[in-house]
Amino acid sequence: MTKAQLDNAFLTVSEAGEKAFVPYIMAGDGGLESLNERIRFLADSGATAIELGLPFSDPVADGPTIQAAGIRALEAGTTVQAVLDEVAKEKASRNVPLVIMTYLNPVFAYGVEAFASACAAAGISGLILPDLPLEEEGLVVEALQKHEIALIRLVALTSTPDRIRALAERAEGFLYAVTVAGTTGERATFVDQLGTHLQELKEISKAPVLAGFGVSTPEHVKELSQYCDGVVVGSKIVAALHQGDRQQVAELIRSIKQA
Amino acid sequence: MAIYPTETGHYGSFGGRFVPETLMPAILELEKAFKEAKEDPDFQEEMRYYLKQYVGRETPLYYAERLTATLGGPKIYLKREDLNHTGAHKINNTIGQALLTQRMGKKKVVAETGAGQHGVATATVSALLGLECIIFMGKEDVRRQALNVYRMELLGAQVVSVDQGNGTLKDAVNEAMRYWTANVEDTHYIFGTAAGPHPFPQIVRDFQRIIGDESRKQIIEAEGKLPEAIVACVGGGSNAIGMFYPFVDDRDVKMYGVEAGGMGLPTGKHAASLTEGKAGILHGSLSYLLQNEDGQVQEAHSISAGLDYPGVGPEHSYLKDAGRVTYDAVTDEEALEAVRLLSRTEGIIPALESAHAVAYCKKLAPVMDKEDVLVVCLSGRGDKDVNTIREAHETGGDSYD
Repeated sequence: MTKAQLDNAFLTVSEAGEKAFVPYIMAGDGGLESLNERIRFLADSGATAIELGLPFSDPVADGPTIQAAGIRALEAGTTVQAVLDEVAKEKASRNVPLVIMTYLNPVFAYGVEAFASACAAAGISGLILPDLPLEEEGLVVEALQKHEIALIRLVALTSTPDRIRALAERAEGFLYAVTVAGTTGERATFVDQLGTHLQELKEISKAPVLAGFGVSTPEHVKELSQYCDGVVVGSKIVAALHQGDRQQVAELIRSIKQA
Repeated sequence: MAIYPTETGHYGSFGGRFVPETLMPAILELEKAFKEAKEDPDFQEEMRYYLKQYVGRETPLYYAERLTATLGGPKIYLKREDLNHTGAHKINNTIGQALLTQRMGKKKVVAETGAGQHGVATATVSALLGLECIIFMGKEDVRRQALNVYRMELLGAQVVSVDQGNGTLKDAVNEAMRYWTANVEDTHYIFGTAAGPHPFPQIVRDFQRIIGDESRKQIIEAEGKLPEAIVACVGGGSNAIGMFYPFVDDRDVKMYGVEAGGMGLPTGKHAASLTEGKAGILHGSLSYLLQNEDGQVQEAHSISAGLDYPGVGPEHSYLKDAGRVTYDAVTDEEALEAVRLLSRTEGIIPALESAHAVAYCKKLAPVMDKEDVLVVCLSGRGDKDVNTIREAHETGGDSYD
């Protein structure tokens, strides 16, 4: 059921002729007690799915905004278990799929099989591990399959054609198209060839293609979503929630409808 | 023992390539370039030239007669990596990786540094080969090692102070990896220790194994036999793996890797990843790691900035589990005592890192025979640490006169 919930959400969006919007939030930033309320707010604002960051001490794929959010969450005492327990509370009533984004070590320390099992119990649909390339995914694939958790793979601008093909063929949940050569965080512009790159991915991917990293304005959302199935917005959402600017978050999510 | 790493960069269950997809093509390109370079006589000749004429190899294997007499145990030989250009073993690796950078047609390098030794060694070879060089260094280290910062700048490098996280070596590595991710098309990351994603642990080992290769030849010349034991300090583990690797199949040679025990293992304020850590993933490889129950990496503590790292190279983790190398720790205080011991008996001020290996000789001496031979890797000289050592004396942590 878990993985299927994510697939269904994308199917619903695409059948309506719309694009997907997946906001990222850092679990524990702003207090774990506000987590479920934030998830409801994002779902009510129109999020297709929600990416839930589990903080890690050494987030090499993240820029300053998400790094800072992770430090706030860790300083507030956020643990893997506490986050899973918290989201499990509203599993039955939640109407939006959740995907966890974290690094391999917290999962490894928890135990890969135990983590996959706990994710399934908490109603998590997918897992994104930016420091787990194709070459190493054998560490987690079996456990995730067993518990029907999608392993969401990232494709980079630097990926070679053979790697892109391999990633697209294995794609499940969605294929995460990294839109910049670099870390997460706001950018003014993207490379010229990005549109073509996204279109090519969409042609061969077995799962929806979502663009992310550096997507931060309604203009970005409109521009990028025309080439693929939707967008992931992280740093901008994290920063706006931290500042208490929910209106900006809602406007960003709405911008996908005008795409 | 079997030949490691495997094709996929694993050492038993350790090692691997845990990096973002953006970096994978560069990692694979590096692996290919390194394989080709190893087979290329011209590259080998170039390496030999620079190591001899520029670095000053081979370094002596020096019989420390007064130290031996003072400790009253085995004959102690010091492998004098402190006599290399820039004062430590680090340059064996940076010269090799800088030549690889040229080979890959890249013109820029990035590196992390703790105390500044690897940063200086990287800035040095960058100046030598005309590469653009950017060094990431934790904010705290920038403050403590102002002279090394200036040294790198004098050599033409740009030094970036890292205040992300806690502003230590681990954060400097994170930031260097982020910079590399954003600039991977034209930049090579000169990783400073035998850790990181494959092929770095192998590259660093193969460039550092000259320490052990020379030592093996020199000790046979001097003593007509292999040593009974070898000691080296372990932070990330580059001098140690360089020293150990050529002796791994010499089963009668005991090997000891000495980690930084900081304020003592029971205090939790140490950098003893192999002795006290558990397997985990940091900076691209699976290896022993200082971490909490939740998989968050912990800060390391050591008076020696070069050992002040919560991770360790994967091959050391493998050698530990295989039982081939014994890993143990000595405290800050023991290392400081060893600085004084070596300075007063031999007229050699060791780096605080290397002093950990010297300190361990005091522990080994009583359990070895006088006829035995003990080889110690003196990985660097102590000039950079004189201020730290003086401060430690003045705060009275030790009974120095």
